Amino acid sequence: MNLQQSKFEYLLRLGDSSLIIGHRLSEWCGHGPILEEDIALINIALDFVGNATELLTYAGQVEGKGRDADDLAYMRDEREYRNLLITEQPNGDYAATIARQFLFDTYMFFLYEELKLSKDETIAAIAVKTHKEITYHLRHTTEWMYRLGDGPAESHQRLQNGINDLWMFTSEMFDMDEVDALLIKEGIAPDFNNVKAEWEKRVKEVLVEATIEIPTTTFKQRGSKEGKHSEHLGFLLAEMQYVHRAHPDAKW
Amino acid sequence: MADTQLPVWEVFIQANPGIAHKHAGNVHAADAEMALQNARDVYSRRSEGMNIWVVPANAITASSPEDQGAFFEPSNDKPYRHPTFYKIPEGVKYL
Repeated sequence: MNLQQSKFEYLLRLGDSSLIIGHRLSEWCGHGPILEEDIALINIALDFVGNATELLTYAGQVEGKGRDADDLAYMRDEREYRNLLITEQPNGDYAATIARQFLFDTYMFFLYEELKLSKDETIAAIAVKTHKEITYHLRHTTEWMYRLGDGPAESHQRLQNGINDLWMFTSEMFDMDEVDALLIKEGIAPDFNNVKAEWEKRVKEVLVEATIEIPTTTFKQRGSKEGKHSEHLGFLLAEMQYVHRAHPDAKW
Repeated sequence: MADTQLPVWEVFIQANPGIAHKHAGNVHAADAEMALQNARDVYSRRSEGMNIWVVPANAITASSPEDQGAFFEPSNDKPYRHPTFYKIPEGVKYL
């Protein structure tokens, strides 16, 4: 892969993860545990979708085949999606959602901190804006980690279950391939080993404080970088893409 | 029926530096940090503010409707208390 192709691929990975986790969160709309939390979740969902729009728009420009953010979001199939597996996992109960958001928000926080230094000006500019948003997301989810983990026995158990179930999806977040190697060399993307070290440190601190045990499972799920997804993504895309595909040229 | 919601917090937002915080509404929250976050999400989504105060609603002591006569009516016939003779300098926006 040349630099242009690698950059396109990398932007899809970033943009798809934001789009899919944003869509997942949007499923909470009208179902949040309390009104205030419902509004908070949807604010956060919109931040993710906004971030995805910027990244996919830029991806389309880099690709140079005239595809815009909508084309990329609505007209690609499951195997062409590059979002991390953790982002497509179902919401489950509220504790499972918080567990997913916490693990992913922490990752995104440290990744975008590095992306702010990217030599690609557009990526750096998107990262500066996004990092402010993600700082708030992380604050919100971390608060809930403490509240649920260090709360009554039932909420503690539900959060522990959420962390246990999602743990196997966390290691692929730091996988690197030829795309990463080339972009690291060009100073466009960060080395995921640095992100991983920061992520592990922070996640450990919060889990300890929240009285949640760090899972010891060594089983790993990976594959998103090659477009291999869990069974959940197809259903999500079917719902997300249906209207656009049924009325491809609709304007409103 | 018992109120199963979390406690109520009153929310005050400062829109610009130097001007007073204005009452925006209220939120439910378990503690101050959660109240602050909820207030941020509910009341500052359209860049309304730059600073937020949250106050437990039960910490506010309010005058009661019966106090109206004794509290407020005596000032009705004292127009000399209004600073109507001063001109507001041009350029003062938030007075």
